[in-house]
Amino acid sequence: MTAVDIGRIVPSRGFVRHNPTLVAGVVLFVLILLVALLAPWLAPDPADAGTATHPFQVLKAPSSAHPFGTDLVGRDLLTRVMYGARISLRIVVEVLLIAGLVGIPLGLAAGYFGGHVDQVIMRITDVFLAFPALLLSLAIAFVLTPSVTNMTIAIAVTWWPWYTRLVRGEAASVATRPYIESCRTLGVSPVRILLRHVLPNSITPVLVQMSMDAGGILLTAASISFLGLGAQDPTPEWGLIVSQGAQYFSTQWWFVTFAGLAILFTAIAFNLIGDGVRELLDPRRVISR
Amino acid sequence: MIRYAGERLALGVLVVVGVVVLTFLIARVIPGDPAVTYAGPRASKSQLEHTRQQLGLDKPVVVQLGDYLKGIATGDWGTSYRTKRPVLSDLRTALPASIELVTAGLLLALIVGLPLGLVSARFHGGLPDFLVRVVSVIGVSMPVFWAALILQLVFAQRLGWLPAAGTYDPNLYYSSPLTSYVQMPTVDALITGNLPVLESSISHLILPAAVVALYPAGLLARMVRASVLDTLGESHIRMTLSLGFGNRAIFGRWALRPAMNPVVQVTALVFAYSLANTFLVEAVFDWPGLGSYAANSLQALDTPAIVGVTLIVAIVYVVLNLLVDIAQAAIDPRIRLR
Amino acid sequence: MLEVRNLGVWFGDDQVVAVDALDLDRGQMLGIVGETGSGKSMTAYAIAGLAPGMGARVEGSVKLDGRELLGLSDHELRDIRGRRIAMIFQAPISSLNPVFRVGDMFLRALRLHGASKPQARERAAAAMRSVALSPDLLRRYPHELSGGQAQRVAIALAVALRAEVLIADEPTSALDVTVQAEILEVLQRLRSEESLAALFISHDLAVVSGICDSVAIMHDGQVVEQGPIGRTLRHPEHPYTRELLAAVPRLNRPEKPGA
Repeated sequence: MTAVDIGRIVPSRGFVRHNPTLVAGVVLFVLILLVALLAPWLAPDPADAGTATHPFQVLKAPSSAHPFGTDLVGRDLLTRVMYGARISLRIVVEVLLIAGLVGIPLGLAAGYFGGHVDQVIMRITDVFLAFPALLLSLAIAFVLTPSVTNMTIAIAVTWWPWYTRLVRGEAASVATRPYIESCRTLGVSPVRILLRHVLPNSITPVLVQMSMDAGGILLTAASISFLGLGAQDPTPEWGLIVSQGAQYFSTQWWFVTFAGLAILFTAIAFNLIGDGVRELLDPRRVISR
Repeated sequence: MIRYAGERLALGVLVVVGVVVLTFLIARVIPGDPAVTYAGPRASKSQLEHTRQQLGLDKPVVVQLGDYLKGIATGDWGTSYRTKRPVLSDLRTALPASIELVTAGLLLALIVGLPLGLVSARFHGGLPDFLVRVVSVIGVSMPVFWAALILQLVFAQRLGWLPAAGTYDPNLYYSSPLTSYVQMPTVDALITGNLPVLESSISHLILPAAVVALYPAGLLARMVRASVLDTLGESHIRMTLSLGFGNRAIFGRWALRPAMNPVVQVTALVFAYSLANTFLVEAVFDWPGLGSYAANSLQALDTPAIVGVTLIVAIVYVVLNLLVDIAQAAIDPRIRLR
Repeated sequence: MLEVRNLGVWFGDDQVVAVDALDLDRGQMLGIVGETGSGKSMTAYAIAGLAPGMGARVEGSVKLDGRELLGLSDHELRDIRGRRIAMIFQAPISSLNPVFRVGDMFLRALRLHGASKPQARERAAAAMRSVALSPDLLRRYPHELSGGQAQRVAIALAVALRAEVLIADEPTSALDVTVQAEILEVLQRLRSEESLAALFISHDLAVVSGICDSVAIMHDGQVVEQGPIGRTLRHPEHPYTRELLAAVPRLNRPEKPGA
């Protein structure tokens, strides 16, 4: 009995059974989302997510009062980690939105119009792509003075080229299809063609890519904050918390650990969703045996 | 094949020039006065003026850009405001250190990721597949700086098995001095037969390389799995089976080679990605590479250095892509025709 | 030589093949004709032992020279595949591994089945000549060959391995008519010169009638009619066979016999 699967498409029976990754990712994501949304009510000390300080509770180990311990100014880390979820999710959504709003139209234009428009747009895109993303994000965040908002913008600036490139490929191939030709001959305006015909047919790979990028964006944001060029205190961003805890790590392990785990699990959730979406939309589903 | 390589090269040069221009302009926008950085905070006004002239800051931006581009082509990449040394020579020590780290990391990632991906594909749907997939998802989701801190804590501080930072034991500077050819301790030690340094540098390399390898290993495992499974679905595998080849031959040769195509591409991209991301690992492990240099330069508003770093990374990126394109064409003969 | 009895193939709960009996003798060409989905390809894969690898369950009996093939261990099956039963497929260029030179496939396949390097080279060259191809083509990659050449390479592989049974799954369906004729000619020659037995699977009754000795018509997984080609086409018994015949476009009048 050979384990080589030559491939045959089988109608899916049971969504969960056939898409375990997607389901696992969504479940995990929903949990995190709930924590983020309900943080103001669930967190033990909501004020600790802000400027509150408790000088007598500095660097306390995990206990029933503070399950994740306290940080260097006595703030409850469980609270800060929970509020951190709100920030992280917001960043991811905003980056994807901005990068999409910039990158997709550019890609559509490049792919559909071709010629000089295409060349110019793609050369600009290539230059941005050649930039080491982290370096560029850091530089921009630095120029704009570090904050969550500016970090979001900085990341979005490095991210949009990928979508432009992706959409351009799709748009270019859609543009050659006969029915687009007929639209043109009928005198339909280019904008309308782009919006009603080219866009819907080019968008799927981008959406899949976005779901796969969410994890990367989260990690990038955390990294930038870790280096001090992103979120600033008292914002309870996970990367920032880890950097604050780094110097206390050998004796106060909890400071760094829980925030890091939060990043890890959220990134896992995003990645599972991304994988799941990709598997789902794969035209050649192979049965696993 | 030559023409193909030539085209890619020309395109690459164009992109690099674009990067330089863009970086230069961005660096000019950074608030703060480079003259102050260069001359120091206590310089008098006339000293600042003099410095400004010296650095060419009084000329129009376009002229500065032109001068800079000319300089690049002739090997003068400017002088770092911070270290007061030519940027190129700073890079000459920083870049190899990063390359050493990233190469070690990637090698590790390949050694771990490729077989894992193959196993995953071979037993897909079964337990080995599940385990590999879990591990690789963790690998690509792991925040690098956190992993670095944890590994450092566990292996260096708690267990004491491996050193916590640096490239090799500083005590060896005197007891077993190292002559440097390529600015990479491990390679130099290998070349000169300097065993104590070799041993020390390898042990210093392990932890940071492991951290660097996390993401690529996970990515490679997934890519290899996907690529092999895709290849298995292609008709020529049926033919191979009908000729009497068994699983070992299929996974070891017939499905493996065609599947390597996307893997090669990913490896190069990952190399460039890791090179740019060494920031985080270098910060935690005190590794004197590009990342540290870039971080310090950013903080000091050291424009020539910033531009230099960006330029070098862009060049590496372009070169890598070129190599990938060529490697792909070598592996997959169909690409040569395009 | 090849005896198939009560062959059943299932994908999950769906039965896709239910064949009572099929026989093939040396030097004989049996055509299996049917529409897409009639189960004709799966029958072929089941006979070649490739069905389980596609996720199918196979029951029944397939005997080669009296030896039962179904239920053999993978190890034993690998001796049979290539060496005694060879297959060629539709879309010939895609059937050849794109990153290896054609000659590499020959050498490795032959050495797999026991030939030495020099022997393998010899036999490969001879096989290429027997399908009217120059041995120089062995140095090429599959995408550097034309469809007809690629299919002849596939046939040459079977010849080089000295296979006794060739299972051809829609070998000419992806090729131009003129190239088709070349392939058919090669197969004819192999049948008469080497006594090659072949199972010719096709949806094209016209092609089959030109080359096969006997034919089995399949519909919905079952063999609805089989027999010598002349008799079956002239006096079809099953209504489905008659439908198929009626669907073949003819230049001459329906009463005239022959292809």
